[in-house]
Order: sequence, then structure tokens, then C-alpha cells
Amino acid sequence: MAQVFGEFTENFADRSEYLVLGFSPSSLPIQLRWKTNGLSADFLGDYVRNFFPGDTSANLTKQAEIGSAVSFIANELLENAMKYSDESANQPVNLEVHLFNDHLIFLSKNSVSPKAITSFQSYIQEIITGDIGQMYIDQVEKSVTNQEEEKSGLGYFTMIMDYDAVLGWKFEESENDSHVTMVTTMIQLPL
Amino acid sequence: MEVKGDDYKVWYDPSEFTIYCQGSLRLAGTEEYAPIVQILEYVIDQAPQNVALNLSQLEFLNSSGINVLSKFVIKVRQKEKIKITVKGSEIIPWQGKSLKNLQRLMPALKLEWS
Repeated sequence: MAQVFGEFTENFADRSEYLVLGFSPSSLPIQLRWKTNGLSADFLGDYVRNFFPGDTSANLTKQAEIGSAVSFIANELLENAMKYSDESANQPVNLEVHLFNDHLIFLSKNSVSPKAITSFQSYIQEIITGDIGQMYIDQVEKSVTNQEEEKSGLGYFTMIMDYDAVLGWKFEESENDSHVTMVTTMIQLPL
Repeated sequence: MEVKGDDYKVWYDPSEFTIYCQGSLRLAGTEEYAPIVQILEYVIDQAPQNVALNLSQLEFLNSSGINVLSKFVIKVRQKEKIKITVKGSEIIPWQGKSLKNLQRLMPALKLEWS
């Protein structure tokens, strides 16, 4: 049974232009794969910005903003997928970007370690219901006193605070292996 | 003091009391950011009266980098005697959106745009 959190829309793919990037599991060590995150994110940013007219100075500014937002969000999704995938599950990482007139939808899909599911879901609950501005301040203050605090969540906070993005998640069994849980993260970005 | 990677450079110029960050910073987490954090910690230890963080040529910053700069601002605030100015560029879109968050952490922080 799939579990859904936040805003998660289904069945929109046939109405959009879209692009899918796929990464096979463990084809490269993480340091090398990390470099592909930046390259892929910048590629998506450049690609998407071309769908928006750039004939006036206001349009050029808008185009640059869209390219930059896509690059930031795609990079964060790929970094998260690489960091938090369950390597032993041997599942691919996918990133999709769908284009509509007034918004974009990003989908990233990766495996998640069975041990990490509960804490990830309760963290998602906090993001959905909490005051993001305050959570950002609290999180940074906490990480100053506790150097061990590795997970910051600042990528999600930034998407919501600075880009007005709407976030959702779906947890479900992998189609290839019923013992593996896959998480799909959906970011809806208004334009 | 200087840290350099394939597509970024971070350094402190003590004659101007300015930390410069240039290029694209998308390193992987705490460990990879450690040499940059060392520069920031050094500046805090020196406790200059005024310090500038010049980001006007920083094209890209990932969330781990946002974390590093946010922590730096909190540490500057905790020092009380250091005044900080963050210099951003109006033509780099992420800066217009995200740099104001640093002021949430330290309302006395000055933002300057070029």
C-alpha cells in the first residue's frame, strides 16, 4: 500500500512536456556520481529555460530565474537521492521534470533504507505542518551547538521559503522487489 | 588563506577583512566543506570589527553550502563585536531569493547589492 504525504498529484504525465534522467545503482563511486549531480542539474536548468521566451529584458530575467530555480531544485533532489538511497537495494535513481504553462513538476525516485523510513516520515510531517521560517532558524542554531548534526533539511526549507514550492512524497513497494521501499519526492514549482 | 576546487574558489583577504566565494559550491556535506569552514572559523577567531562576505561572483550554492554560511552568520552574531556585511549580486537569481534568510539569523547583518 502506498503512503502519501503532503501534496502529491498523480496522472499528469500525458499533459506535459517532460524529461527523465536515470542513474543506475552503484555504477560509479559516490564522489564521481556527485559531479554528475551538478552537470545534470545545470543541464535541466538550461533546457527548461529555453521553453520560455527571452525577447525583452523582463523575459530574460524571468528566464534566468527559472533556469536557476530548476538547477537548484534538481541538484538538491539528486544530492538527496544519492545520499539517502539504500545502496544494498540495488535500485535506480530517476529524476523527471515536467513542464506546464504556469508551473513545473519535479519527481525524484529512489530506494529508502527500511531503518530510515519512520524517522524520514516523521520529519516530513514536521515539514508539512511546521512554521518553515522558524524551523530554518532552529535547525541552524541547533547545528551550531551540535557539530554531529549532519542532516539539515535546508534544501527543502529553501525550496518552500524562497521558491514557493509545494512538496509531496509517496512511499511504495518497488515494482522489481517487494522487499524494497521506494520514495518518490514531488516538488511543484509555480512560475 | 585560500581553498580552490575545479569550479570554485574561497579566500580571505585580511587587508580588506573580506571573505570571497566564487564559482559553484556544491560540495558533498560537512566533510568536503571542512576546509572552507576552517577559513570562516579563522576569521571569527581574529574577530575583526567589520567583516565582509563577498558572494557577488558565487553562481551556485547547494543546501550544504547554505548551511555553512548560515552557521557562520550565527557564530558572527554570537561574537557580538563583529559587524558583518554580505555583498550579493542582483544578476545572480538565487541570491535575490535566499540571501535575505541570513538576516533572519542576524537582523543586524547588512546586505549590499551590486
